[in-house]
Amino acid sequence: MSDLRDLYQQVIMDHKKKPRNFREITDANHMAHGNNPLCGDALVVYVKLNGDVIEDISFQGSGCAISVASASLMTETLKGKTLADAEALYEDVHKALTGDKDAAELTGKLQVLAGVKEFPARVKCATLSWHTVHAAVDSDHDISVSTE
Amino acid sequence: MTQSTHNLVDTMLNDFDIAAIRRDFPILNQQINGHPLVYLDNAASSQKPVQVIDAVDQYYRLDNANVHRGVHRLSQRATDAYEAARSKVRGFLNAESDKEIIFVRGATEAINLVAQSFVRPQLQAGDEILISYLEHHANIVPWQMVCEQTGAKLKVIPMTESGELNLSGFDELLTDKTKIMAVGQVSNALGTVNSVKQMTEKAKVKGIPVLIDGAQAVPHMQVDVQDLDCDFYVFSGHKMFAPTGIGTLYGKQALLEAMPPWQGGGDMILSVSFDHTEYNTLPYKFEAGTPHIAGAVGLGAAIDYMESVGIEKIAGYEHALLELATDKLSAMDGIRIVGTAKHKASVLSFLIEDVHPHDVGTIFDQEGVAIRAGHHCAQPVMQYYGIAATARASFAFYNTEQEIDALVKAIHTTQELFA
Ligand SMILES: Cc1ncc(COP(=O)(O)O)c(C=O)c1O
Repeated sequence: MSDLRDLYQQVIMDHKKKPRNFREITDANHMAHGNNPLCGDALVVYVKLNGDVIEDISFQGSGCAISVASASLMTETLKGKTLADAEALYEDVHKALTGDKDAAELTGKLQVLAGVKEFPARVKCATLSWHTVHAAVDSDHDISVSTE
Repeated sequence: MTQSTHNLVDTMLNDFDIAAIRRDFPILNQQINGHPLVYLDNAASSQKPVQVIDAVDQYYRLDNANVHRGVHRLSQRATDAYEAARSKVRGFLNAESDKEIIFVRGATEAINLVAQSFVRPQLQAGDEILISYLEHHANIVPWQMVCEQTGAKLKVIPMTESGELNLSGFDELLTDKTKIMAVGQVSNALGTVNSVKQMTEKAKVKGIPVLIDGAQAVPHMQVDVQDLDCDFYVFSGHKMFAPTGIGTLYGKQALLEAMPPWQGGGDMILSVSFDHTEYNTLPYKFEAGTPHIAGAVGLGAAIDYMESVGIEKIAGYEHALLELATDKLSAMDGIRIVGTAKHKASVLSFLIEDVHPHDVGTIFDQEGVAIRAGHHCAQPVMQYYGIAATARASFAFYNTEQEIDALVKAIHTTQELFA
């Protein structure tokens, strides 16, 4: 049970219940749809880039607690970051969750995501929003990514 | 539940030697995350009794060889074991002849075989294939593929809020363009038992061939293909206590005779030269290549096992479990049961308010309770209800009243965690 409490610890539940930046950005210059067909998780990520700085970032959609909390944490973390910083964080999250890198290296609130590693079936839930934002900034039109 | 059904449930539950049955399923005796395993994912795949495990083991230890081709003793024994399994399946389905029993990998392969070998050659653009809203993807996609290949159209029998088929416009869906009706006997997502016999009767009056997907029916009820009068009946062994990778296509002999083979290779031929190949007779015409002999042996043993327990008894006990679980979950706050058909078998799909089914699945697993969370390969059903997924508990006759209590407890844990 302790693992589970770790996973669903306060911060994940908090972000699930009150997701941050849960809105559309009407003048976003990048967006992408992320789907996890197996679970039915479906997110849209909006990014407003100013030069190479993420001036604003948001998401909408529905999914399990882990995918929603992860998306919410992601928007909080990436707001104000440069694209290079965002890319580095994307790599860190990916590695931390797939076990290539020690989770301790995830900084701040993102550390809670490390718990998901213990639940291999749920890793895709946690990485969905990150894959989606990655696709969004890489493309200048709305694109779709899928975790399957 | 009324008092009288309550008594009936009690009687059914007490009338069953559950301890003895559970001893036959060694896998059940283990801890998951410090809790006894509560296996409620039977609709996805069932567990295997020692009788099946031993039959497969003995086959490999004593009899293993290829079938239908050796003159030596082991080949003869392997062939005998394989053909004995076919006879058991014939008896299990009450088919007329062993020639009507084709061994395949499972329900999916059987449906694809019928779609490609029986339906596709007769299809013209504008013809129709009739399925239902409740189908598993295995009984949707193969038909979409032949539609794409031929320009035929897929027609769908609608469903109701309770998860039953809406048969009010059924007669109009059976047209002179309908080249097959393919329907599930029991819905894997909701547990609805469809009135396939009446539906088949109506289709046959109009001369429309019928395939019944029995994947979720055979583990739970007596099936008689002659009584159903369907043309094809398909099921998978692994959902009825047999190994994975073995299943059955039943087809009426006259239809199978007229169908071209599906795959070519060894075993399905009588003679081959570069000018001409003579196909083998039934059922071998449809069994190209070395089959899953051990799987068939295991399937035969699973049938023996079910029959020794008694299929009527299994059905009665499982129904009592389903009633009890339905009652308990209905009494809980924040639970919505999805699929409330009058006739159901062994499946309880539900939603916990404000909790995504995948979170439910993970939390249950921490308490040793194995359920399925997802769309259950029946996305149209999910779309009908406007949901992405459900949590699904599905029962087998080795499940117990105490396991239903464990399910209820896991729901409480989930609700507390998400409170
Ligand atoms: C109703 C139904 N039909 C077909 C199938 C496909 O069975 P298999 O994957 O064993 O071929 C399933 C399996 O879930 C099912 O529930």
